Amino acid sequence: EGGSGAMGGSASLIPRDLLGEYQELTFLSKQEILLAYKRFSELLPKEERENACSARVPKRQFLTLPELRANPFQHRICHVFSTSENNDDSMSFEDFLDMLSVFSDSATSDIKSHYAFRIFDFDDDGTLDRKDLEQLVNCLTGQGEESRLSSAEMEQLIQNILEESDIDKDGTINLSEFQHVVSRSPDFASSFKIVL
Amino acid sequence: EEPHGAAPVDFLQELPSCQTARRRRGGSQERRPALLGTAGSRGAAARALPQERGELADRPAREHPDCMAERRNIRDSQQAKTEHLSRWKKWRRASSKSLKKALNEVKGLSSYLVLWRHDIHSIEGKFGTGIQSYFSFLRFLVLLNFIIFILMFSFVTLPSIISKYGIFNSTIAYSSPKNIEDICTIYEPSGNKGLVYFYTYLKDLLSGTGFLEVTSLFYGYYSIDAEWISIMRYNLPLAYLLTTFAYLALSFLWIIKRSVEGFKQNLVHDADPFQSYCNKVFAGWDFCITDPHAARLKHRSLQYELQMDLQEEKLKQKIAERRTEEVLRIYSLRIFINIIVIAILSGCFYSIYRVTVFSQENSSDTDNANSQVNLLVQYLPSMVITLANFIGPLIFSFLIRFEDYTPAFEIKLTLLRCVFVRLANIGVLLFSLWSQISDCDSDKCKPCGYNYKLYPCWESDVGQEMYKLMIFDFIVILAVALFMDFPRKLLVAHCPCKLIQWFGHKEFEISDNVLEIIYGQTICWIGTFFSPLLPAIATIKYFIIFYVKKIVLIHTCKPAARPVRASSSNFFFLAVLLIGLLLACVPLGVSIARIPSSKACGPFRNFNTSWEVVPDTILQFPTGLQQVLFGMASEAFAVPLFVILCIIMFYVMALARAHKRVVEQLREQLVLESRDKMFLIRKIAEAQRH
Repeated sequence: EGGSGAMGGSASLIPRDLLGEYQELTFLSKQEILLAYKRFSELLPKEERENACSARVPKRQFLTLPELRANPFQHRICHVFSTSENNDDSMSFEDFLDMLSVFSDSATSDIKSHYAFRIFDFDDDGTLDRKDLEQLVNCLTGQGEESRLSSAEMEQLIQNILEESDIDKDGTINLSEFQHVVSRSPDFASSFKIVL
Repeated sequence: EEPHGAAPVDFLQELPSCQTARRRRGGSQERRPALLGTAGSRGAAARALPQERGELADRPAREHPDCMAERRNIRDSQQAKTEHLSRWKKWRRASSKSLKKALNEVKGLSSYLVLWRHDIHSIEGKFGTGIQSYFSFLRFLVLLNFIIFILMFSFVTLPSIISKYGIFNSTIAYSSPKNIEDICTIYEPSGNKGLVYFYTYLKDLLSGTGFLEVTSLFYGYYSIDAEWISIMRYNLPLAYLLTTFAYLALSFLWIIKRSVEGFKQNLVHDADPFQSYCNKVFAGWDFCITDPHAARLKHRSLQYELQMDLQEEKLKQKIAERRTEEVLRIYSLRIFINIIVIAILSGCFYSIYRVTVFSQENSSDTDNANSQVNLLVQYLPSMVITLANFIGPLIFSFLIRFEDYTPAFEIKLTLLRCVFVRLANIGVLLFSLWSQISDCDSDKCKPCGYNYKLYPCWESDVGQEMYKLMIFDFIVILAVALFMDFPRKLLVAHCPCKLIQWFGHKEFEISDNVLEIIYGQTICWIGTFFSPLLPAIATIKYFIIFYVKKIVLIHTCKPAARPVRASSSNFFFLAVLLIGLLLACVPLGVSIARIPSSKACGPFRNFNTSWEVVPDTILQFPTGLQQVLFGMASEAFAVPLFVILCIIMFYVMALARAHKRVVEQLREQLVLESRDKMFLIRKIAEAQRH
């Protein structure tokens, strides 16, 4: 583990056993992992690139990635995937691989729906209640006063969503209900995807 | 229902269902200790979460929704468990793992071979998955046509070329027609003898006559009965027919496979999966958008779509409350408008028929003096069809406003009508060609069964018509891109005139573009039987169209205001493509089985119809096999088969109904359980207070 075991001065290689382990533990292929490593080390300042595998990128820097900068869920993604101890949502290389693995083409729909639930759960309480759904719809329609739905429309929309997905009629959507409704959604697999 | 917030919160956090969710997400208090422990250690023992491990224990580590460090632990504990398995099981595990690794390597390498991967990826980033699905569809058609071309080339064209030029010690036997009047066999394609102008070559290239008619592009080249390729006898007529069936079957299976891939739904619930609000909200955002401008447009289109859907729901409620007089008025208006639509369609079809007859009658002379006029007359059917394809949709989208449907239904119905117009036009063209070919009054076709004077080799003629349609379609697409899209962009960008600004930038209309290429593909499917090298032309055509459309999209288009969803688009494309394929089978079936094959050219000279080569071959099989095959085609086999299929179908339908009932009952039970849970929690809380 640790430093780059490369010859010829190119400091952008992962040691082979670590590469094999990543291939085994994620849904990414070798080329995707190497590309992710390259993009991750570009986010780091030059002096830290040697130890890219154990460095952490601050959130502000991480959100400059083109794949995330236009994404309304960027903050939630960082929060969900970050394993930082001081709650600053900084991302390590392994967190980055986790994220790409979940968003890759070959991830199972179970994993995708699980993480989608966590990303949409804005208050982190384990269920999607009305406030979460309202925040979710506001993220979709954009920031800014004129792009939000009126409160009557929002009420009607949330009512419809709960009608379709809340099986036990308790007013919230828990993980199993979410996974059930998403498994029958034809767009989910193709839209919940990030490829570098 | 008891409100959620009335119950004390701490109770709910301790429920088993909540605990599973929190553990699976590796909630913050549980992830940090994991990190501290596994900074360097690999062989740490599994952490004590027996409940979750039991559910997911058998899945490979990467399917666990935990952080990387946790998954390492899980993998190590899984490996520790396998230490004490027997050697046989260990070997099996190891070999399956290495097999999976090898497959992954192959998949990784083959992903480089995917055509246009980078282009489509960049389009997806800038325009979203809706438009990307159009380009993926185009790529699929390029591949399909290429495979069809390979099929036809290797089984039909290559053997003919090999034996005609005597390579590999092969000989050829031209069929000497038996029992046929000599007059039917006269066929002299003009093949450009003598001194000709360069212009004639161009004209021949565009209309498939002259020097092109005698090449392997058309049916007339394959006037071969049998070939011997170094002592093996190769039955070309049979190969020709079977390859035709093979490419139709291949297209059918491939389209079905692609549509099943994108549509793995169990339709137990009644609601339309594409229109559900959950689909639009939970799967609404395209996570692959990288361009901030495109993201803004996506936000706006999502807002628009949600608002439209909510309004439509209110509209549906209003419709349900309509009074009887209004309902009568609206229905009579709809019937009236449908009659107008049918009248317009009949007008289109009749004009295509007349123009085809006129074109066929006036282009049979090879008078070079009127070459331009001749070319124009030859292309007249294509021009009329293109005009009809262009005007029809405009009229339909104008008329449908008066029919007072909900917006979503309006779009679907207009699309359906446009599809019908485009595909039926080809059918009318073919029908008018056949009416000419089998024009049997006044003994024109007495000796041969078809109009031998005008059409000594009618399959080549049909092939030429399909060829002309395809070339003209291609020219129109290029011309529209060059002479309408780019000038429009320049005008809108530089001219401040109000009228032009009102026109605005062109929107990339996915449905129109898709119908265009499906129309081309239907022509290809029909035409391949009459012109075996047509799929090659189609491949090149779609290859060039990809780049043309990409350039038009990037430089002149603004994304559509109404959002298009990838999944419903994909399903729609494949469904219409399937309709095109099934429609293409009808003229082919009629040509092969009903119309007598021409006796002057082609591999089926010795047979009454093209289909006859199959029964003929079967009669050469051993008697036992013959009896089996004839038995399969008789009623004694078909009727019991039909009855058995009906029984299976009824059984499956009854099963589906029973499952649906069970699902409804389980749902009701879940609701009751939830109410019981809230009730009990309240009682406990009350009891605690006392």
